[in-house]
Amino acid sequence: MTINKAFAGTLESGDIMIQIEPSEEGKLNIELDSTVAYQFGEQIKKVIADTLKELEITSANVKATDKGALDCTIKARVTCAAVRATGKDVWNA
Amino acid sequence: MNATKDRENMILAEAKKMNKEVFNEKNLIKDGTEKQEALKKSPKIVTLEEAIKKSGLKDGMTISFHHHFRGGDKVVNMVVDKLAEMGFKNLSLAASSLQDVHEPLIEHIKNGVITSISTSGLRGKLADEISRGLMDTPVVFRSHGGRGSAIATGELHIDVAFIGASSCDPMGNACGFSRSENAKSICGSLGYALPDAQYADKVVILTDDLVAYPNTPNSISERNVDFVVEVESVGDSSKIASGAIRDTKNPRDILLAQTAAKVIVNSGYFKEGFSIQTGSGGASLAAVKYIRQSMIDQNIHASFALGGITAHMVKLHEEGLIDRLIDVQSFDRVAAESIMNDPKHKEASANEYASADEPGSATHALDIVILSALEVDTDFNVNVLVGSDGIIRGAIGGHQDTAADSALSIIVCPLLRGRIPCVVDKVTTLITPGKSVDVVVTEYGIAVNPNRPEIAERLKAAGLNLVDINWLKERALKVIGTPAPLPFGDKVVGVVMNRDGSVLDVIKNINA
Repeated sequence: MTINKAFAGTLESGDIMIQIEPSEEGKLNIELDSTVAYQFGEQIKKVIADTLKELEITSANVKATDKGALDCTIKARVTCAAVRATGKDVWNA
Repeated sequence: MNATKDRENMILAEAKKMNKEVFNEKNLIKDGTEKQEALKKSPKIVTLEEAIKKSGLKDGMTISFHHHFRGGDKVVNMVVDKLAEMGFKNLSLAASSLQDVHEPLIEHIKNGVITSISTSGLRGKLADEISRGLMDTPVVFRSHGGRGSAIATGELHIDVAFIGASSCDPMGNACGFSRSENAKSICGSLGYALPDAQYADKVVILTDDLVAYPNTPNSISERNVDFVVEVESVGDSSKIASGAIRDTKNPRDILLAQTAAKVIVNSGYFKEGFSIQTGSGGASLAAVKYIRQSMIDQNIHASFALGGITAHMVKLHEEGLIDRLIDVQSFDRVAAESIMNDPKHKEASANEYASADEPGSATHALDIVILSALEVDTDFNVNVLVGSDGIIRGAIGGHQDTAADSALSIIVCPLLRGRIPCVVDKVTTLITPGKSVDVVVTEYGIAVNPNRPEIAERLKAAGLNLVDINWLKERALKVIGTPAPLPFGDKVVGVVMNRDGSVLDVIKNINA
């Protein structure tokens, strides 16, 4: 799947900004900066990875800037960024 | 008989009996200098450096400050910079509270100028560094009433108090506002500085408006003042209504405020002549707007409002809904101007406000208080000091004092702040014991302390949504998942005092 640079989300409190770039390493690299990293860092990375896998994205550089978003928000932002990066609509498909 | 000689001998004899000298005219100095000129040369007017030298301050002593200018304070940094420049070391800093603006203290701590701190709270970078173990001696946290008590009993002895004032005359009569046309700043009440002025060994007033004598009505008397230092600025008044104190537009805060107002109106304490205080925090401040409408609708008047006085409270007072305002700290410019102009708006010292050992303190006469919280636990214990990330980010303020003394204490907090739960199993740091907390208002429902079944009944009868506090905790966890434990170390960086002088909790360093 071709991946272009794309992002979704904001830096508002309770939101997360997801930036996706192509990777040549053939795997997912998730770089997380979170206000709640110590309590929820692993959980946030897992939600991002699981969401991308569901969308069949297995190779990308993902930069996530989290301001305390809930899992549902993270999933929505990651999905949106992925759709923008791949051009593949997952909602009306 | 020589009548004059006889009388002289009698004076001498009486003086001897009294162990006194006989009057000598040579000791009487008559100065005909025009007084306006003479006053300008008051021996109390000195530079900051002279004041420090003359005060007798030595390494290892305790200096104190107030925080009425909040984020706009300029006095702490100015004085500590000067003390560092003069080579002082190992000083204890006893502030009524510290803010983000006091970040420069980090360097002074690293350089050994300041080696211990007592305060109501810490914020910003300074709080961050201290939470990570910057200081060898733990910071001592006290409530405002607790600090007043500790100063009055001598437990917290202040050697030199440095007090910023918006006006002061050459004799030391000082106020948190100025009536002169040269007024540069205004903070209103000087309540937290009053115990310092009364009990410190030496008192230095720093002012940005040196006015003509007599600066009356005054809040600090010349009797308590040793030195007066004129400076360019003591504080930026526009920054008082910043930080914790803000007027909310957040819809969730407004919902919480409306719910809190309903709790008050149906609590059984909403009666003619009741008294009320609102803490800092958007929702508790906003609740005043909704209480006002109920007061008008039901024709109910308050005898006094306590605080932490805000523009909202001043408005209710001016409308005749609140008879008196008792003000330990003016939270905005409107409140500060009101205390200057309105005799029914009374300035109260920290002790008069909230000290446990002062039978006449205003909290003892308080019916209802609305307070905010960072965390509440299932035993109703409250934390307002340490964030859920283990970093100090708040202040005890009057939380402990008002919750303990009021007839009804209401904590208003959202269930979640971002992904951080506010209702938890155990608070990160214990600040206000659950026994003094009666009602917790969240957007998911109202929890009433089982110790107060009569309040639960009244609220239920009014149709309010009562929930179990354990349910709130579970509800939060369901949305956010289970947080990993915080990486606390073994070093004690803070000690939390209860208002009665006992030790309530410790804060450990965070390795994050």
